[in-house]
Amino acid sequence: MTVTAPERESGQRDGQFPTEDEYQGQLGRRTRRASWFQAACLLALVIAVLALATLLYTIINDSFGLVAIVNQNDPEDIVAGLGHDPEVFTIADLSYDEMVDLLEANVSSGVGRRLEREQRFYEHRLVFEDEGTWTEICASDAPPTGCTAGPRDQANLAALVQERVVMPDVIASYQLVPSLLRPEEFEQEVEQGFAAGRFTDHTLDQVEIEWRAWFNPTFLVTPQNSTPEVAGIRTAILGSAWLVLITVLFAVPVGVGAAIYLVEYAKQSRMNDFIQTNINNLAGVPSIIYGMLGLAIFVRVLEPFTSGAIFTEGVPPSEDGRTIIAAGLTLGLLTLPVVIISAQEALKAVPDSLRHAGLALGATRWQTVRSQIIPVALPGILTGTILAVARAIGETAPLILVGAASFITTDPTGPFSKFTALPIQIFQWTSYPQQEFHNIAAAASVALLVLLLTLNAVAVILRNRYSRRAE
Amino acid sequence: MTNETSTETRVDRVIEERKTTDPQTQVESDSATGSVPGVIETKDMSVYYGDFRAVADVSLDFGRNEISALIGPSGCGKSTVLRSLNRMNDLVATARTEGQVHYHGQNIYAEGVDPVEVRRTIGMVFQKPNPFPKSIYDNIAWGAKINGFRGNKSEMEDLVHEALVGAALWDEVKDKLGDSGYSLSGGQQQRLCIARAIAVKPDVILMDEPCSSLDPIATLRIEELMLELKENYSIIIVTHNMQQAARVSDKTAFFNVKLDDSGMRTGRLVEYSPTEQLFTSPREKDTEDYITGRFG
Amino acid sequence: MNSDQRVAEGQSPNSFRSKPRLGETLIRGFLFVCGALSIAITIGIVYELGTESFLFFQDERVTIVDFLTTTVWQPQVGGFGIWPLVLGTLYIAVVAMVVAVPMGLATAIYLSEYASERVRGFFKPVLEVLVGIPTVVYGFFALTFMTPLLRSVFGSNVVGFFNVLSAGIVVGILIVPLISSLAEDSLRAVPDSLRQAAYALGASKMEVSTRVVVPAALSGIAAGVVVAMSRAVGETMVVTLAAGAAARNFTFGEDSLFGYILNPFQGAQAMTGYVAITASGDIAYNTIDYNSIFAIGLTLFFMTLGLNSLSRRFVSRFRQKYE
Repeated sequence: MTVTAPERESGQRDGQFPTEDEYQGQLGRRTRRASWFQAACLLALVIAVLALATLLYTIINDSFGLVAIVNQNDPEDIVAGLGHDPEVFTIADLSYDEMVDLLEANVSSGVGRRLEREQRFYEHRLVFEDEGTWTEICASDAPPTGCTAGPRDQANLAALVQERVVMPDVIASYQLVPSLLRPEEFEQEVEQGFAAGRFTDHTLDQVEIEWRAWFNPTFLVTPQNSTPEVAGIRTAILGSAWLVLITVLFAVPVGVGAAIYLVEYAKQSRMNDFIQTNINNLAGVPSIIYGMLGLAIFVRVLEPFTSGAIFTEGVPPSEDGRTIIAAGLTLGLLTLPVVIISAQEALKAVPDSLRHAGLALGATRWQTVRSQIIPVALPGILTGTILAVARAIGETAPLILVGAASFITTDPTGPFSKFTALPIQIFQWTSYPQQEFHNIAAAASVALLVLLLTLNAVAVILRNRYSRRAE
Repeated sequence: MTNETSTETRVDRVIEERKTTDPQTQVESDSATGSVPGVIETKDMSVYYGDFRAVADVSLDFGRNEISALIGPSGCGKSTVLRSLNRMNDLVATARTEGQVHYHGQNIYAEGVDPVEVRRTIGMVFQKPNPFPKSIYDNIAWGAKINGFRGNKSEMEDLVHEALVGAALWDEVKDKLGDSGYSLSGGQQQRLCIARAIAVKPDVILMDEPCSSLDPIATLRIEELMLELKENYSIIIVTHNMQQAARVSDKTAFFNVKLDDSGMRTGRLVEYSPTEQLFTSPREKDTEDYITGRFG
Repeated sequence: MNSDQRVAEGQSPNSFRSKPRLGETLIRGFLFVCGALSIAITIGIVYELGTESFLFFQDERVTIVDFLTTTVWQPQVGGFGIWPLVLGTLYIAVVAMVVAVPMGLATAIYLSEYASERVRGFFKPVLEVLVGIPTVVYGFFALTFMTPLLRSVFGSNVVGFFNVLSAGIVVGILIVPLISSLAEDSLRAVPDSLRQAAYALGASKMEVSTRVVVPAALSGIAAGVVVAMSRAVGETMVVTLAAGAAARNFTFGEDSLFGYILNPFQGAQAMTGYVAITASGDIAYNTIDYNSIFAIGLTLFFMTLGLNSLSRRFVSRFRQKYE
């Protein structure tokens, strides 16, 4: 169907414009091309979303599944041997004393002493060491951590029992989706593996195939361990928590203060423009450079401060500056520009009429800001802060530079402790080649993502409630 | 009281002046009755935005090589009617058109009609000048290229020249065709938009309050241009300025807002007559009330 | 005294305090310090990077000329040319941009020109999630999904365990929202009257979008692209995990261009990767390894600073047009 002027229908047209037939042909092509274009743009969007879905799928896929596991000592036998019902009772349910007894029975005295020096089992008595030696080593120049750290707890001991008594060894693991869809294939693969001589440490009849959730509640409360089957992310979570605390304590007051200055007090001037440009620049600097800054200044130059030496007489809490406080301040510097910018946005969103009203009543600027402006801008500032903190939790590179410990199993006790953090743990475990390390890296990623999702959800809810109230 | 008489006198005077200065305003009387087929004809056209009926049952016949004006108070739907003539309403998601709009006998709202094709033949100039952020030359060349212009560079230059001459803008910009379209004044920008529209050789040009954002001098230039353009194109304009309608148009359609039973404000065609007749001896009382300034 | 008494004594009726309140000044001072702290940070960065780099170049094994012109980075044997690391960084960034720019721009066009409000409202936050995922998780994804995928598609004898392609694609996915968000805002800011003018000339929707709207929004889109590039250049975790720890040392003339130098299927350590690996090992202060980190860092700092300034120039040009 064509819509044409009468003269055109007859083919009369200036030479350069197409004739009617030509135009119709072109129109058809143009319309088809337009449809393809729209489809391609939609496809791009779909692919982006698909990429996100694939990433989440990969992580979840590696966090659960079938494993072929060989336990040196079967946990059910252990539990039954102590008189409990293995159907309902697990290793983690054992009493503290039962677990200590198990360790005593199964672990060599050398290993036992080493464990005790790392962290005591009881406040009131020693298990592997004798009193005399203990007092001696604690009075020496380089006392082990067990002298000052508190005694182990339930989760800690349960992990130890697992590691030293049960001694699980996952020889093969299967991803979640194949485990659900084709579990028999896994069994076959394991059998074939034995036939091909791949698993030399054990024999086929020792192997049990069971379902394993690498991400489980115990994982969250178990400390770090060099055995992936036993390791947990407690140390890392606590480290991250300490870091966030220090970051917030530093970045929020300073950041909000700077934002208040720039929005409420600063007049148009070269200096203030320069400050603003500077902040915008800093927000775009790669995080690893902040790490370098932290390394050079907090860890090295300020070592007396960050190692705690100037606060204590005698032996400082840490031998060098690679402590939580150094890392926290580094992350604080990293987060500062973002906090400033988002706080500025929140303050700018407050209508000028409020400021004028306050000042016209004879209030000083600070009085106006404190009682009129800040309360209105507070939700926005809070939202921005939460989002900035969420970013900081996921940062890895600066922590690597500032010296996150490569292997640490004790919980951090204060700002001068050595530390690890969730993203660092994920990084380390990912870089090991064994599949089991990838499994726990995936499980740790699940934990991290859940944490971030919660933070973002809180920020979004806050933002929505705030904008609803403003209407 | 003074208001209505002065409006009346102004329009009357305009009509008188036209008669004396431009004898061609003696209008062919039969177009209104449909014996000579017009270029665009609407039959019982209604336009809805969702459930809201903006304009109802419009039946109009626009003549070839004439200037037809649509006037009426704000909200009467005259812009809606104009935009439905080249299917620009399609761009609004909730818009729906019922009835028919015939262009040379073909219903442009029929199944299978591509609005892209409609708009090639029925061009539009908007209320606020909207040149592209390109050079003056590219502004005009763009539409031609889109529509398949296949001439070489010098032929394109001829086309641009022709369009700018036709829009009475050539002399002012001939030395600065590479400058941005935004570097022109408001009136010049609007003439650029007109040049852009005529470069694709349309048959009809729709103008939606083309002078309302311009000063009186620029307005006058555009009105003179319209009178020149009508030799080659059919022009339909929407204007809220009655004097303008009286100055340039051959036929005028008056729209008004009517409250229907459900309380919805719908625009309706009240009267469509040769301009002189509408302004000096309107048939409907509503028309007379409007042109004498009793409301509007 | 009240105002009557004051008038009786010949003073003005109200005594307007003219001396500034002390508390006000203190507070203002404190807030100013907060703001000025940011300048201290920048100075700190430049100073630290600068002085350590200076120490780096003071070592007799290193000269600035070597640093900038030679193409072997092997500190153990005295090779300190920066180009292998720059090659790694730029190659990965380019692959990332090749992935992210079309995807980001097409997504932005769809969300701005084609999608309904509801669709937009749903997909925009979903895209934002992409940029909120920690980069170390992306690194895990690159190593455990993308690399095996590439190896199965192209063959495991073609694709190395560490490779540029895997890192580049994943970084590309990571930065798509940076482009799509800025591009979409720019596209939406283009006044609707321009679209209407184009439609009225008989253009199809694709022609309106690609030949009027996108060109009009170009400087805003460019700003987004440059920001994304800056982010790709500064990215650490993905490249450390997926692109490997071996700098791609090369010699012009000897090494084949496409077989080796520009081979995307093998690993190539990036600047950030080198810094991360070196710093995570045992590293003593004042060794050449320690100082080399800062020289690399300084280079990186200037690269990203340049890109960010460029991006801001684009943004202000865009603002000028439409505000």
